[in-house]
Amino acid sequence: MIRFVLTVVVLLSLPLSVRAEVEIQEVTSDRGLTAWLVEDHAIPFVALEIRFRGGASLDAPGKRGAINLMTALLDDGAGDLDARGFARETEALATGFGFDVSDDALSVSARFLTENKAESMALLRAALLEPRFDPDAIERVRGQVLTGIRADAKDPDSIAARTFDRIAFGDHPYASSLNGTEESVAALTRDDLLAAHRAVLARDRIYISAVGDITPEQLSTLMDELLADLPAEGAPMPDRVEVAIPGGMTVVPFDTPQSVALFGQPGLAQDHPDYFTAIVLNQVLGGGGFESRLMSEVREKRGLTYGVYSYLAPKDFGEVYLGSVRSANDRIAEAIAVIREEWAKAAAEGITQEELDDAKTYMTGAYPLRFDGNGPIARIMVGMQMLGLPIDYIATRNERVEAVTLADVRRVAGDLLDPEGLHFVVVGQPLGLETTAGN
Amino acid sequence: MLRLPVFAACLALLPGLAPASDEAVSTFLLDNGMQVVVVEDHRAPVVQHMVWYRAGSADEPKGSSGVAHFLEHLLFKATDTLESGELSATVARNGGRDNAFTSYDYTAYFQRVAADRLEIMMRMEADRMRNIRLTENDIETERQVIIEERNQRTESNPSALFGEQVAAAQYLNHRYGAPIIGWMHEMQTLDMDDALGFYETYYAPNNAILVVSGDVTPEEVRRLAEQYYGVIPANPDLPARIRTEEPPQTAERRLIYRDARVAQPYVRRSYLAPERDPGAQEAAAALTFLAEILGGGTTSYLADALQFDSQIATYSAAFYRGVSLDDTTFDLVVVPRPDVSLQEAEDALDAALAQFMTDGVDLAQLERIKLQIRADQIYARDDVDRIANRYGQALASGLTVEDVQAWPEILDAVTEEDILQAARDVLDRRASVTGWLMREEAIQ
Repeated sequence: MIRFVLTVVVLLSLPLSVRAEVEIQEVTSDRGLTAWLVEDHAIPFVALEIRFRGGASLDAPGKRGAINLMTALLDDGAGDLDARGFARETEALATGFGFDVSDDALSVSARFLTENKAESMALLRAALLEPRFDPDAIERVRGQVLTGIRADAKDPDSIAARTFDRIAFGDHPYASSLNGTEESVAALTRDDLLAAHRAVLARDRIYISAVGDITPEQLSTLMDELLADLPAEGAPMPDRVEVAIPGGMTVVPFDTPQSVALFGQPGLAQDHPDYFTAIVLNQVLGGGGFESRLMSEVREKRGLTYGVYSYLAPKDFGEVYLGSVRSANDRIAEAIAVIREEWAKAAAEGITQEELDDAKTYMTGAYPLRFDGNGPIARIMVGMQMLGLPIDYIATRNERVEAVTLADVRRVAGDLLDPEGLHFVVVGQPLGLETTAGN
Repeated sequence: MLRLPVFAACLALLPGLAPASDEAVSTFLLDNGMQVVVVEDHRAPVVQHMVWYRAGSADEPKGSSGVAHFLEHLLFKATDTLESGELSATVARNGGRDNAFTSYDYTAYFQRVAADRLEIMMRMEADRMRNIRLTENDIETERQVIIEERNQRTESNPSALFGEQVAAAQYLNHRYGAPIIGWMHEMQTLDMDDALGFYETYYAPNNAILVVSGDVTPEEVRRLAEQYYGVIPANPDLPARIRTEEPPQTAERRLIYRDARVAQPYVRRSYLAPERDPGAQEAAAALTFLAEILGGGTTSYLADALQFDSQIATYSAAFYRGVSLDDTTFDLVVVPRPDVSLQEAEDALDAALAQFMTDGVDLAQLERIKLQIRADQIYARDDVDRIANRYGQALASGLTVEDVQAWPEILDAVTEEDILQAARDVLDRRASVTGWLMREEAIQ
């Protein structure tokens, strides 16, 4: 029942002497499905993660929102069970299923007790292979999606994100909300949902990981029973998008006391040779926590905001480098001026040796802390597979961080950070800010 | 209220519903009255170190709402031995994460870090329990930060503004009626004396609970705790936690909040309800089930009645927060479909509640919920920080270790009659608050 098992033992080095051990096995089933497994029989349950690459970006032309609605309906009636029957069954098994879709993947998260494995997987199989898309369920969930779309239209964060995506991604699916519009969602038919299902849930784009009380043999059987009957191929992947963001400012008037600003510029792909250096640079410039330059200058010294961040956002088919800040309407202009200054200063001068050392200690020390439970480990492993990382990546990751030099950061800061090219989208009634020409 | 915003919140399936059986939990007291809880999990070399103070927004003096949360922010400034920001920088330099949060009944500080760094965390946390040194510049700057935090969480969010009004209407005489973050006009006046007054009164070992979870032993925690916390003298003048109580509610209260930013109008109903009391958690246990049965998701009674059978609502839910020092609330929410008015939604809600009293509890549903609670005892072992949080929250809210450990059995013993009695006692419209969140009316 099992074709191939490859085991890699990975030691997670913590600072000083402490070590954590994650033993990842690559399991290949009879019917050719592959998963990464961490076997751990300490607690009698299993976390299972499945991803289908492409996600909501595979919406057919004119059908924006179909894949999102399809995903929301997967467990809303499947096989012999209607929506409520399916929910009652999952409760009776104390099983949890999560279905979600993003720009790049449809994700399935499952958690089940060892003693309920067979019944839980039968339910999940029904949701993945035999969703019913009953007309009453479609109307009920369509109503919920439309409620969300209307709420987003009055939410400053969503307005900012939509506006920025339109500027950054042109006519690519990334440019529009995966929820669709009121019009596009209202027009979706049951056939559209069936087509969306065929487009996304296929074996040629699947990634699987499991952690917990399960052996490689059991996982192999489970994968074949659960997933091998999916169609071999789905819809072709979207094209890459050439991100071209003009520098400047777009103000979206909205009557609220605090402005929301989303800012960004073109980013770096995760497989770019400078990606790790860029991550270290960003940790210093605007990464999480109180220690970044942006937090220090905008919040700690000036009290202009509750939070300011920047982060690299590499999607599968296009990359941006983003940040956000919120300040009262009469203070947002100052917050933005400080951010622009910090962007320019880092571009011109890089960072200091002390900042580099602190960022490395933080990043290498914090990495093992992520592996704190079956579910989190399963999600990390499925993410690694989607990025095409090697199975021993975990052991080498901190070395890659350590290898970054001050000269590397200075060079990448100069190449990557583009203070003139930074574009701010501001939603609110910001004093002293106006949309720049050409936007 | 967190000092630092976080991107994702974790919602447990059944918050607060898990158990003691397989948990490696130890508890003890230091000589100065500081309570200690240790939850062991040796699967990964990581610890979470938390200190909870039995002091939250409901303990604030009148006129300085928000000072508990303001002080929480200020505890990241300088002490006798640490520079401003040095504590968080030290945690980060050790590969860890830290943050803090304030609620009605408690304020808590925590770090998550490699297990061999526990001592550094304790040394710094013990230091700021007594030794903060604030400047007027700290007060000015950080006050701006909490005002921006209120702007972000509340002023920018019609639902949050509405929730404040509902709570204020619910509590006539108890401080749960004031928001944790504070009323804006009072936040603007918070000063050094307000912050230090709260600090001197409540930040002391005999008002604190240390909770350490992860790869540690109780012996190691005791040794370090005695060294760093044990040397801090108790505050002999710690006031008893006696607050003004609510009078009996004798009039139905109704309110309408209008805001142009509202995309989705909805109805919210709130009833005053008993909380989990030490040695007397049965009524709260029944209410916990009532919330789950009425509004806990797709299979709940209200979802059946309002989302499936009549399709009046796009969403319905019930909430009950049992861990609370004083009387808490039982809340219902109905979000109507766009073509359904708020009056129709409210009428449908009341009709469904009345029908529930006639129909009684679906025993199969009750059994499923109990089974999930038992299963959660297994799942909880994968996340000991959640167990640690549960102890911290309960102990800071007037419960004992025994209460926390008895809770799963008390839940398991709840019967249909207990649940219906709790419903009869609490779901009395004459003692309720009903709020409508509405759009600004269009000007013709």
